[in-house]
Amino acid sequence: MTIDCDVHTGTPTWEELVPYLDAHWVGVLTETEFKGPEDRWCFFGSDTRTDLESVRREVLRDGVEFAVLVCPYAADSIRNPYAAATMAAAVNDWQLAEWLEPEPRLRGSIVVPSGAPDLAAAEIRRVGGHASFVQVVVPARSAVPYGSREFLPLFEAAAELGLAVCIHAGGAPGNPPTSSGWPSYLVEELAGGAQVFQTQLMSLVAEGVLERFPELKVVCAESGFAWVPPFLWRFDKDWKGLRREIPWVIRPPSRVIGDQVRFTTSPLDCPLEALARVAARLPGDVLLRSSAYPEPAEPLSAEHDEAFRRAAAGLYR
Amino acid sequence: MSVQSNTDAARARDGSRVLLADCDIHPAPARDDSLDPYLGARWAGHRRAFGERRHAGSAYPRQHPNAARLDSWPPEGGPPGSSLDFLRRQHLDRWGVDVGVLTPLLSSGELLDLEFSAAHARAVNEWQCSEWLDPEPRLRGSIVVAYEDGALAAAEIRRQAADSRFVQVLLVVRTLEPLGRRRYWPMYDAAQECGLPIGIHFGGYGGNPLTGAGFPSFYVEEHAGTATAFQDQVISMVCEGVFQRFPRLQVVLIEGGVAWMPPLMWRLDRAWARMRAEVPHLDRLPSEVVRAHFWLTTQPIEEPPLERDFLEMLDELDMDDQLMFATDYPHWDFDAPDRAFPRSVSDERRRKFLGTNAARLYGVR
Repeated sequence: MTIDCDVHTGTPTWEELVPYLDAHWVGVLTETEFKGPEDRWCFFGSDTRTDLESVRREVLRDGVEFAVLVCPYAADSIRNPYAAATMAAAVNDWQLAEWLEPEPRLRGSIVVPSGAPDLAAAEIRRVGGHASFVQVVVPARSAVPYGSREFLPLFEAAAELGLAVCIHAGGAPGNPPTSSGWPSYLVEELAGGAQVFQTQLMSLVAEGVLERFPELKVVCAESGFAWVPPFLWRFDKDWKGLRREIPWVIRPPSRVIGDQVRFTTSPLDCPLEALARVAARLPGDVLLRSSAYPEPAEPLSAEHDEAFRRAAAGLYR
Repeated sequence: MSVQSNTDAARARDGSRVLLADCDIHPAPARDDSLDPYLGARWAGHRRAFGERRHAGSAYPRQHPNAARLDSWPPEGGPPGSSLDFLRRQHLDRWGVDVGVLTPLLSSGELLDLEFSAAHARAVNEWQCSEWLDPEPRLRGSIVVAYEDGALAAAEIRRQAADSRFVQVLLVVRTLEPLGRRRYWPMYDAAQECGLPIGIHFGGYGGNPLTGAGFPSFYVEEHAGTATAFQDQVISMVCEGVFQRFPRLQVVLIEGGVAWMPPLMWRLDRAWARMRAEVPHLDRLPSEVVRAHFWLTTQPIEEPPLERDFLEMLDELDMDDQLMFATDYPHWDFDAPDRAFPRSVSDERRRKFLGTNAARLYGVR
């Protein structure tokens, strides 16, 4: 039996969320220009809308024990923090009613207003009691890195409830996706998607978030992973030279990341012929099987299944 | 003294001397006003009256003053890198450096007043001539430019390129826009016309947050994380078709690291295979473009726990003729020529990395 750690619902329309909103917000959505996020986390596969029947048919088969849904709802792009929190809550109730309660082989990811970490923590506690939610999802791009102190309430709530935190490719925080501004082409965003994951992992280690919550697991989804070994070679070397600045980081970053961070396999970011070499350089069993449905499936052979199972063991509550 | 251990062994086996080129040496002015004679009265007065304004809020204090090796402060006073005599003794003579490429990091191109930026860049270039290149034939210069304005940068390149001791144009990696964008093309046009590579060095205040996820908190994040800024620039220059427009242009990534390049090329190739219709000007596999146009300096070299991984990385990179040794003297994260590469790196590769690749690119005889 395997677990599919990244399956996409797509983004619900505002009309679909109306049943999960109170009268005030229904009025706002129907009578004003506000219809939820105008932006999307990304403009390729993971934002494609799917439905329960196709997920049952295409994902929940071939010995898949359960699948973890990710709804890439760009609550992070909504500047009004109360609107962001309200819409995120509606999305979570929609996930429960439309996906998780009808299908026990699905697990959910809690959508949060990640730009307002205190409200995110409140939403995590509001729905975190539902056993079918197994993680919190935040976009890889953010206005400040997730290790920053302001995000502590979010991680604290996730850790308290035994939820993993999934960092998923994409995001619409307003600031540019590179340190030199906005690239011209979508292909650059796809090719450059790994950079911001490096930033986030570096921040989570350097700020001591992973050490503060030693049971916390972080899942990088649609991150690729071929970039991980050289990133850790560099980070470990710099930690040796500069650790006086972050004295609470008492182990090499590669050890911390190997223990607490996982990476999904799809879409693959290396040639199949290089996969075994790349996997051998990773800090332990850190790869999770994922389809990234409705993305096209990667043709992975069964030889890695045991390693995928070890990586997923104990990951989800 | 000469280069020891591995390099000596290589020399002994080869029966010839190994050329040693250091592609990243940072000269510094001795005093705040050392550039004034080169700036001239107008701009020296401007500097005193209004300061050197650039994007604020990007400072990550280093763990060592001036980011320097503790032993690099010249005995006669002044900051590290400010004494040619001490540079000779502590560095050029000590290691047997045959060719040293100067990479002055004096923020010229970051100045917000573009006229001042251009005047500052020109002053730094004249200062390199008078104080470093004239007295020391082992040194080569980098043409510093006001890179945020393509026309100003192109003019300075064309003005300075006649002096063959200048071997490249120098930018920093954190720019206002991705370096593939058209505002920078006049600079590439001039560089190609003059046969000069574009060197892109670690650093800069840029005007954007340090990362695609905003500002981190610590210098260790800046130092290790700037590798991602280089990755972004490679993607931009390749995807914008800079090398289709300027087919003879060469680009040197200085102090950005090396080992991330193979996975970046894999990722670029996969992204291009999926979305090439968006960038029809990019008519070849991105990895082919990278290998045809990019060079990398080796410091700070990645140190995988297993030597095997380093050798596999070199194989996957497949750019043996484009890796160039650098020390980053006088900075704290100095790489020494006898320690920069694992022992199992072959003598042939070592000779290329230590000198012959740089000699070919920079036209050193």
